[in-house]
Amino acid sequence: MKTRREMLATSAQLAALLAGAGLLPSAAQAAWNSAAFEAKTMADLMKTLGGSTPAASKEVTITGPDIAENGAVVPVGAATTLPGVKKLLLLVEKNPSMLAASFDVTDAIDANINTRVKMGQSSNVYAVAMMNDGKVLFASKEIKVTLGGCGG
Amino acid sequence: MADPMRIRAQAAGDKATVRVLMSHEMETGQRKDSAGKVIPAWFIQDVTASHNGKQVLAAEWGPSVAKNPFLQFNVKGAKAGDKISVSWTDNKGDKRTDEATVS
Repeated sequence: MKTRREMLATSAQLAALLAGAGLLPSAAQAAWNSAAFEAKTMADLMKTLGGSTPAASKEVTITGPDIAENGAVVPVGAATTLPGVKKLLLLVEKNPSMLAASFDVTDAIDANINTRVKMGQSSNVYAVAMMNDGKVLFASKEIKVTLGGCGG
Repeated sequence: MADPMRIRAQAAGDKATVRVLMSHEMETGQRKDSAGKVIPAWFIQDVTASHNGKQVLAAEWGPSVAKNPFLQFNVKGAKAGDKISVSWTDNKGDKRTDEATVS
């Protein structure tokens, strides 16, 4: 008997395979990286973005509340003190699509971005920094939601 | 055309803090209306920000960014009088660009 988590992981792998083979029509859209927004796990996401295995890092920080009363509006921020950041990603682990937002950081911007996301349920939220040298670093934080933001 | 964005850019030291409040539904495509039909997804996909005409930030967003999205970032080397412009494009192809002056 497979657990729900294993089932989800399997179906996500299958989806990633299909997307990789170009069988899912949405993967054909050029500008917006829809494959990345369909990834269900960090590993799948890194495959679509061409990053390496993510490693936890103290130099990446995520800011957000411990408890969010309203899951429809959760203020979160991603920041890092390291130079040479290519992309900052914000991920919500248990949302239907894990990737919430991806920011291409240039030298003219501090690697410190705040925004607001929706959360369907209490979950880990990740700030991921993809570096120019190919390293992928992340920080995570658990945010508890008392009222979900994805319901009807 | 969507409602204008509210952009505030304030210089502090050698950088400027830019806060943007966009007006957008950010419908996820997960919700159902009262008749049980799924409301189609409608959300901002691409956001770009420029400092004096030079692009400094590009972002790709998914539907899990909150309704009426808020975005805050710091532009290095921006001083009072500089122009900060922000544009977005949603998944229906609607666009909006607004500009603010750093104060």
